Parts: sequence; C-alpha cells; structure tokens
Amino acid sequence: MNRLLTQPAQFLTGRGGDEVTVLRPRRGLVALQFRELWEYREVGLFLMWRDLKVRFRQTALGVLWAILQPLLLTAIFTIFLNRVAGVYAYNIPYAVFALSGVVPWTLFSRALATSSASLVESASIISKVYFPRLMLPIASATSYIVDFAMSLVVLVVVMAIYGVQVTPALALAPFFALMSLVVALAFGIWLSAVNVRYRDVQFLLPFVIQLWLLATPIAYPLSRIPHKWQTLVGLNPVAGVVTGFRWSVTGKGQPPLGLIALSLAVTFVVLVVGLVYFRKTERTFADVI
Amino acid sequence: MSHAIVTSGLSKRYRLGDRVHYGRLTESLANAASRLTARRRPAGDAEYLWALRDVTLEVEQGEVLGFIGRNGAGKSTLLKLLSRITEPTAGEARIRGKVGSLLEVGTGFHPELTGRENVYLSGAILGMRRAETRAKFDQIVEFADVGTFIDTPVKRYSSGMQVRLGFAVAAHLETEILMVDEVLSVGDAEFQRRCLAKIEDVSRGGGRTILFVSHNMQSVRTLCHRAAYLANGELVGLDESTRVVRDYLEHAAVGSPERTWDDPLRRPGDDDIRLVAVRVTADGLTVEITVDVLNPTAGIAVGFDLESSDGTSLLTSYQLDAQDPPPLRPGLTTFRATLPQSLFDDGSFLISPRIVHHNGVVVAHEQGAVSFDVVNDQGPRGSRHIHRAGPLAVPVAWESENA
Repeated sequence: MNRLLTQPAQFLTGRGGDEVTVLRPRRGLVALQFRELWEYREVGLFLMWRDLKVRFRQTALGVLWAILQPLLLTAIFTIFLNRVAGVYAYNIPYAVFALSGVVPWTLFSRALATSSASLVESASIISKVYFPRLMLPIASATSYIVDFAMSLVVLVVVMAIYGVQVTPALALAPFFALMSLVVALAFGIWLSAVNVRYRDVQFLLPFVIQLWLLATPIAYPLSRIPHKWQTLVGLNPVAGVVTGFRWSVTGKGQPPLGLIALSLAVTFVVLVVGLVYFRKTERTFADVI
Repeated sequence: MSHAIVTSGLSKRYRLGDRVHYGRLTESLANAASRLTARRRPAGDAEYLWALRDVTLEVEQGEVLGFIGRNGAGKSTLLKLLSRITEPTAGEARIRGKVGSLLEVGTGFHPELTGRENVYLSGAILGMRRAETRAKFDQIVEFADVGTFIDTPVKRYSSGMQVRLGFAVAAHLETEILMVDEVLSVGDAEFQRRCLAKIEDVSRGGGRTILFVSHNMQSVRTLCHRAAYLANGELVGLDESTRVVRDYLEHAAVGSPERTWDDPLRRPGDDDIRLVAVRVTADGLTVEITVDVLNPTAGIAVGFDLESSDGTSLLTSYQLDAQDPPPLRPGLTTFRATLPQSLFDDGSFLISPRIVHHNGVVVAHEQGAVSFDVVNDQGPRGSRHIHRAGPLAVPVAWESENA
C-alpha cells in the first residue's frame, strides 16, 4: 500500500479564468466579505420567501395574524394601562399612541426572536451545504418587513378612526422600520451564533423580550420617566426606534433627534461586535450545531 | 491536464466533547472553573480526534475520484472540508471552479412547501440560479417521476418520492465540481441504478470533476477512474480504482472487524450477562461473540442481527437455534456462528450483537458493531454487465427443458 502521493502538491493559481478558492484555517479577525453576501443574494431571497410561505400556511386566519397580534397587544395596553391604571398620552388618543409604539416593537421583537433561532433551526442545512451563514439570520428577520407593512396600513386606518391626521413626516416611517430591523439584527446575529453553542439563549430570550417591552416607552410616554434616567433609556436602541417611529406617523412634537442619534450609535457598536463574533465562530458552526 | 483540486496537509481535528453534545453555559463555566483550580492535564491529543490528518492529493479536471474506507475513516469529513461546510484545522486546499455538494438528498427541503417550491428552494441553497432551475424544471420533475404530486406539500410524499425529488434537483446542478456522499444508499434498487447512470452521464458529459464517496465497491470500480482509500483519517492509498478497491478489501480484513468492550463496568448487558467482544472474519463467514456470564439463567439468547449496509435486516440468529444448545456456565464464553458460503453479493454488511432475556427483554443490542465487505470478483455472479439487484448471491441451480 505504498502508493502515497509524496511529492509536494502544486498550488493552483487563478489562471484560466475560473476562480480559485483557497481553504485554510482562518485566524484572528476575519473580513466581513460583503461581496460574497451579495453573490449569494438569491439564497437569501429564497430563504425569506420560504419563511413567509411557511409562516402563513396551514393557519386558519393566514396573514391576518400579522395584524392581529399588534392589535391585541394594543387592546390590552388600552384596557389595563390606560383605562385601569390611568396611563395616558399627552396629545393623542391613547390607542393610537400605543399602537404606534407596538407596530415597530412587533417588527423588532419578531425579527430578534426569529433571527436568534435561525441558525439552530437550519442545522440540517448548515451541516450539509455551504453558503454565507449570515444569510440565515438576515433572511429570517427581514421577512417580517411584510408583516410590518400590513400593520402599518392598520395603524393608518386606526388613526383615521380616531381622527389623527398623518403628516409628511410619515415618509420617514420606512427609515425607522429599517432601523428597527437593524437593531434586531445587531442583537440577533450575535445571539444566533451564541445559540449554536449554548441553547440557553432559546430559554432566556422570551423572558428578555418581555422585559425589554416594559423597559421601552411603548405603553407609556418617555416623559413619564424621570429626566435623569432618560439618557439611560436612550441606551436602549429600541427606545429611539419607537419614539422616532411614533413621531413620524403622528407628527406630534419635535423629532427626538438626540435619542435617535444615541440609539444609532449603540446599534452600530452592537452590530460590529455581533458581526465579529459571528464571523469568528462561524467556522465551527457545522461542527457543534 | 490541469487540476481542479489540490490539497496539502489537509487536517481536521474535532474536540470529542463538541461532537457528542453541544455545550451548556453551566458546563463551560464549570469547565473553566475546574481548569482554573485543577492542575493542567498533560498536553496531548486525548480529548481530540483527528477526523482527517495530513491529506495531500490532487484531483484532475474532469476526473471521477472515489473515496472508500470504513465508517469514520474521514471520507465525509474530507468532502465537508472541500465543500466549505467546515474549516480545516491545518493545511490547505485550493479549488478551481464552482463546487456543488450532494451530501444528503433533499438538502433544504421544507415539508410544508410543495414539490415545485422545494425544487426552487433546494436549487437555490445548493447553488443554482433561479433562471437555471426554471430552465431545468421539467427535466427535474421528469427524472424525479413525481408526476402530478409536484404541487402537493412534500410532507405528503412517500419517502421514496422525497428522495427522488431531492436527488433530481442535485443531479441537475451544473457546477464544475460535484461532490457526492453516500446518498445512493437511500431509495430502492431501481432508483439507485438510475442515480448511478445519471452520475455516469454527468461525468462523461462535460468534463466535470466528481468526488464520490461510497461503500458500494462495485459502483466505485465502474464509475471512478481513481480511488482514494482513507483509514483513520489518513490517506493510505490513491490509485486506479480497481486496484485500490482490492487493496482496501484485503487491508480491511486485518483486525478491524472486531469490537471489544474492555471496561467491565461499561460492557453492554445487565447483572446476569455482559457483552465482551464481537468479531467477524473478513469473508463474513464466521461470527464470534464473547460474553461474560455472571449469573447463568435459563433461556438467555445470545446472537446477532445481520443487516445490509442500507439498514435492511437480513437475518437474526441466536445460539439457541443450535440443535442442542448447552446451558450457560459462569465466566467468559465464546459463541461461534458459521454462515453458508457464497451467500452475499457485493456490498457491506453489518453485524449487530444482541442478547435477549427469556422474557423478551433486550439486554444488549449494539447496532452495527462490526462489519464486513464482500466483493465477488469471480464465481457464479462474475458477469456484472447485466442487471442484478439485492444483497444476496446465493448459488441458484438452473435447468432448462426444451420441448
């Protein structure tokens, strides 16, 4: 059995037009390879399309669920917080106030939960085929844009019912939706990678999301929080998203620029840390998942 | 000729714990704590497993290269490294051209989606552009032979239909390099034959490079120009496929079809009887099972299941089947079973030792503990060019009468 190949391998070079892929152990910080993400964009689109199809298939109410959930949450807030506990908004009907917070919150919380679970749920694909793993959290989170768009329509209808008129600031609503998605992904990308190794994430996350809902000025106005604590609230990037979105649809008051800037800064830091962690652990996903 | 793949010193090491179960937070905290307090263990490979070690090989463009070796020899790990699913621990590989990998049938299938939707989804995940899938859609459906079910959710498909559709998608991948792992062990014989024909087609057609892992020595010999033989993660042979297959079958006969349980406390069994060792000769004719009888009770059956490599049960036999089985006595006892000659056709066969109590309780059952391979070079089934199916090659007496 001594027919081993003993001469050193000739290294392939990129001549002849075809691209040569070099596989070797990666060390240290790795490039984010956005170009590769772009090349595989069709995979991302198909995964997104799959998530949408599967989400609404075999449900009696189908796409109605996308708008029922924020409506029910708003109803609960209106009954218990507004009517029972006496929380009120200063210049708009409470229901409109709550719904305009719940809509971007729903996008955030859904995108966060689904992207955190995305890698583990696709374990069988990860261990059988290669594509940029980042596609999984990104695609699963982004699919909730569709739910968001539907609930935005519902929000406008509810506003009309309560006689609150939209203003040109509504044009900025998509920006805040995008921001909500980016905040969710900043945490979701990181958590999805942690989840591969520690399934504890799945148990902890629902609790964290509940807490997060209460800690964000969704059911109550930001002004109810004592002034000295407001910077602390600003460290929660969802606070910037929600107040910014609320301002854009109701057009009441001044845009919370400082808060939004702080939220963006925090998001940027979390996103970079999350991406670096994801890239560093990505190489072992298939081995430990 | 230029090369499609060149690897040098390609190695993959797994931490043993990583593969067995994923970590829990508390566990790593506990580990970290014990690492701080306890003295460091002497450095070594004890906790690690080299699934692949120092593999250097070159694959020419348009070549069909087979990979053979026992389970756990590193064949699948090598394909996983080359298709970028996991990263090497050391060494490097250079690959020219787009790689398609078929490590599983129906990668990316979602049970809730229809056959049509899954074709596009799986195609995209495997690396096909949407336009490409659309152009080949009719061919794929025809090959899969799912007919009118194409718009039915695949969860309502029979497993055979799912497999056919999954393979059909992958078979129409048009990448320069195609890696196929043991996927043909699923599906019925007729479908396996069609898949092999398709792979043969593909390899003859466009000068595409194919890496092919199989336990079916016959298909390796007919499909592959060269074959690589892996053992314990190392490349121990790379040559013309017929020669490597023969070497493999001779080599594999030495020692490996044996399994022993050394630690008396971990031997499969109960307080009455425990399994100590099981051996099968290379030709699969003799099976030996050694047990430790601690408490002889009447009616304990010691035997084995015989399965073909696709998991089909072929036979179960116990020592009680003997004409006048002697009663069990305390101490180590070896049972020897002899199978008839010329029983099997080409392929791998698994022996799973089994101990059963008289009340039907299974005391020990070690699935696929040992295995053996059969290759019939000559003999009654020598003519291989006509279709033959099934794991058996029992001599059959033929006569003819002409009126």
